Amino acid sequence: MNFLGRYIFSTDHKIIGLQYFILALIAAFTGMALSVAMRFHLSYPEAKVKLFEILWPNGAPGGVMTPELYLALMTMHGTIMVFFLLTTVPQGGFGNYFLPLQIGAHDMAFPRLNMLSFWTTALSFLVLCSAFVVEGGAPISGWTAYPPLSAVGPVAGPGLGQGMTIWVVSIALFSAGSLMGAINFITTTLELRAKGMSLLRMPLTCWGWFSTAIISLFAFAVLIAAGVLLLMDRELGTSFFLPAGLVINDKPIGRAGGSPLLWQHLFWFFGHPEVYIAILPGMGIISTVLATFSRKPVFGYKAMVAALLFIGFFGFLVWGHHMFISGMNPYSSIAFSVLTLIIGVPSAIKTFNWLGTIWGGSLHLTTAMLWALGFVSVFVTGGLTGIWLGQPALDLYFHDTYLVVGHFHMIMGVAAVFAMFAGTYYWWPRMTGRMLGETTGKVHFYCTFIGVYMIFIPMHFAGIAGNPRRYSDFSQFEFLRDLKMLHLGMTHAAFFTAAVQFLFLFNLLWSLRSRAKAPANPWRATTLEWATPSDEPPVVYRGAYEFSTPGARRDFRMQNEEEDTGT
Amino acid sequence: MTSPGISRQASFTGLYAFFATIIMLFGAFTSAMVVRRGASKDWVGVPRSQLLWVNTGVLALSSIAAEKARRDLLNGHRMRFNIGWAAATLLGAGFVAGQFAVWQHLRHSGVYINSYPGSAFFYVGTVAHALHLAGGWIAMFYLMVRALRLQLGPGRRTAVDVTAVYWHFLGVLWLYLLWLFWFWGNWD
Amino acid sequence: MLLAIVIWGVTGVVTAGFATKRWWFPAPINTHAAAFDSYFSANLIFSGIVFLAAQLALGWLIWRHRNRGQQAVHSDGNNRMELLWTSLTAILFLGAAIGSARMWSDVHLSTFSTTPMRIEASGKQFAWNFRYPGADGKFGKTDARLANDAAGNPAGILPDDPAGKDDIVNAALRIPAGRPVQLILRSNDVLHNFFVRELRVKQDLVPGLDIPLHILADKPGEYEIACSELCGLGHHQMRSVMIVLPQPDFDSWLGKQAAK
Repeated sequence: MNFLGRYIFSTDHKIIGLQYFILALIAAFTGMALSVAMRFHLSYPEAKVKLFEILWPNGAPGGVMTPELYLALMTMHGTIMVFFLLTTVPQGGFGNYFLPLQIGAHDMAFPRLNMLSFWTTALSFLVLCSAFVVEGGAPISGWTAYPPLSAVGPVAGPGLGQGMTIWVVSIALFSAGSLMGAINFITTTLELRAKGMSLLRMPLTCWGWFSTAIISLFAFAVLIAAGVLLLMDRELGTSFFLPAGLVINDKPIGRAGGSPLLWQHLFWFFGHPEVYIAILPGMGIISTVLATFSRKPVFGYKAMVAALLFIGFFGFLVWGHHMFISGMNPYSSIAFSVLTLIIGVPSAIKTFNWLGTIWGGSLHLTTAMLWALGFVSVFVTGGLTGIWLGQPALDLYFHDTYLVVGHFHMIMGVAAVFAMFAGTYYWWPRMTGRMLGETTGKVHFYCTFIGVYMIFIPMHFAGIAGNPRRYSDFSQFEFLRDLKMLHLGMTHAAFFTAAVQFLFLFNLLWSLRSRAKAPANPWRATTLEWATPSDEPPVVYRGAYEFSTPGARRDFRMQNEEEDTGT
Repeated sequence: MTSPGISRQASFTGLYAFFATIIMLFGAFTSAMVVRRGASKDWVGVPRSQLLWVNTGVLALSSIAAEKARRDLLNGHRMRFNIGWAAATLLGAGFVAGQFAVWQHLRHSGVYINSYPGSAFFYVGTVAHALHLAGGWIAMFYLMVRALRLQLGPGRRTAVDVTAVYWHFLGVLWLYLLWLFWFWGNWD
Repeated sequence: MLLAIVIWGVTGVVTAGFATKRWWFPAPINTHAAAFDSYFSANLIFSGIVFLAAQLALGWLIWRHRNRGQQAVHSDGNNRMELLWTSLTAILFLGAAIGSARMWSDVHLSTFSTTPMRIEASGKQFAWNFRYPGADGKFGKTDARLANDAAGNPAGILPDDPAGKDDIVNAALRIPAGRPVQLILRSNDVLHNFFVRELRVKQDLVPGLDIPLHILADKPGEYEIACSELCGLGHHQMRSVMIVLPQPDFDSWLGKQAAK
């Protein structure tokens, strides 16, 4: 097989997993660079930056960022991070690589569909990035693309012409790619499990990927539908989301009868489950890593599975909590609030079980374990503010403030990224045959852990002081001037945290240079991806987390190990 | 669908998962339509064309032919399969052509996608359905060619069965859309 | 071990940050805002306790069970514990949902005992307009196409509607202290959001909808109105002020406006 067939248009799930991983790595550093530029502008609005001028000659004339460029960066940062990092690494990257290995399958069920799914996603990323270079630049309507702003074209602002159209097309492509992936994951999990691998013997990672695939299957279809309708409003003059009497920038729009709230309903029907798409595989990773390095079985395995499925189902019933102040019926706000707080319960159950897993363990504080323990910490911190925001009475004040920004970055961004780091440090030896540097890894972890608290906790204070989000400038309001020092602190914390991420990149690249091969099962783990490769399909004899079983020969038993005899 | 090592059952599981997503897609269009109709007073119905009934008949015949061909293949009647499957494929193309004719007809009578809310949903729904159908039609055509090359038989019929079931599903989906547009959309 | 110390350290700093209240709510100007503050305090204390308990426990478990060559305890779960913490969190969370539902109803589902004063608040990229119905108590019909700041008709009032002749339009929101006001929120271009921190409420302005919002301010003063729903490149400068005047001052201001 030639290079093109083996590494580019490959149907091998391991190569496809790596392709997703690399795509997401590029996306993550792009998205991070955008956030650094945004933070810089917020704290140094007047500064002239040559680099801005080179990158965006129209958006930053003379090197000073315009409000429209700020909002374009914000939109792109959100879109890139949500779709191409949070959705891509845990599912497309780790899932493709490890689902077949962990359930003892030869490959995914539909390898060619798998390849198509990756290349659709990659194309979607290229399309999205092209929004930067078209006339008017990238869209300024945020990753939620609320109409009318997003539906009427450039009359409503820069970037809302071609840039916005490109955004919609990119998202539709991404959704299509995710749907193909979801079909593959579901079929693989249901049909290709090795002999003896009953559903309740699957590692929790597999449960995470499986429930995420089911959520994706339902959620992304709705996003495509919403995107199609938005595109029709933009390009063909329909009125799905545009009401009568619109006059934007002194120009009558001439549509009638549509409803801006309809978009919000459709978007958040996708958007809220999307949060769980980002975090469920991570929860599986955290459970596995905590168990492995505590040398203990996952505490309450069945409760963990039940919680995942519960979250997957209820995730579709809570979208309205993004719309408490949207003008939606106040009675439905109460219903959505109750459902939202109910969905907090399984998350709390998972946290208790994680604490239960490390309780009484023998904790090996490897880098992967540090990330997993750090995950528990940020998950608690980010989750608690969710309880505030899930109550409409409190959302009356906090909606669209920096408290929301702090909350979702902590729970959806940081927690999910911590899970990715845990997964990377844990699985890198299996993916590349090389160990990552533990010292570099630990420095990276501690700096990032402290860094994210320094960035996102102050955002909560800004939110309590009423600071609205999506402002490109804080000089127009008296009460915002008082928050200058707070923002300056966040900005510098962001610089620091972004800088230390290069340690991670360095660690990855450096490990590839190293000659030392990683051992076959460096963490003495139990799941099948660490089993000695063989041409025979594996047979599974036990559950996923048999650690420290009394009377066993070693403190772990792999899933394909037969009963110990003669000990 | 034809890669070695994919079991028949896996192919069907994948197909059913695909159905779930198609149902969600058209479910989203439907709920948008319900909301859109309820939110404003500008609803004036959905365009009708008698040709749609002819198309419905053609699609139904196509489904019947595909089903009969599928059973013929199971029983080893390859020649009868070839004829039936080719007829199903041809009728499928006929349906898509018929839909084109409907769109043409509507446009000639001045009904465009942006004419009124019902016309917008009609075009979006029928085009989305036709695109899904086109995907199935390509599979049918591909299988027709393979059958003529004697590459299919009672032991190699998973792709035929999967395609036929998909085809029936789109037929049922079409009946639903017809009900939605012709009847629900025009109720007072 | 280091991790336990770092987690405890971070927990301490975060707790101190919330406790010092250096960056905090502005003072409340009505009973709803005061009720909001005490309800939020209850939430803060509750989540603060959970936060401290969870983070300290996490650190303690890391410290206590770090590997020193000991054998891990074999345990794969405990159904009684699962039941305990599931029901405990369910009760607490549902309690929060019910607690806040009451306050939400007070804002959105209750009516004033007296007839509120009606003011139309409309937003457009990137400015606010507030319209008073004038002596006849009726708003004139509008058409956004006629809106023209330079011609002195920022609200786009139809010139041939007699009800609109005495309408008063102002860029700032002036309201009398202690008197219920019903704002009618409207927009003719994109989404905006009416947010006054001191009132502890915000509400979107949605094109195509007239959304009522009841407010009441007791304390005279000047408070900033900040658009809180992304509305375009000038979102950050969409500012106005809500000026709360004692009733006599308000009356004389309104009289002067009407005379114009």
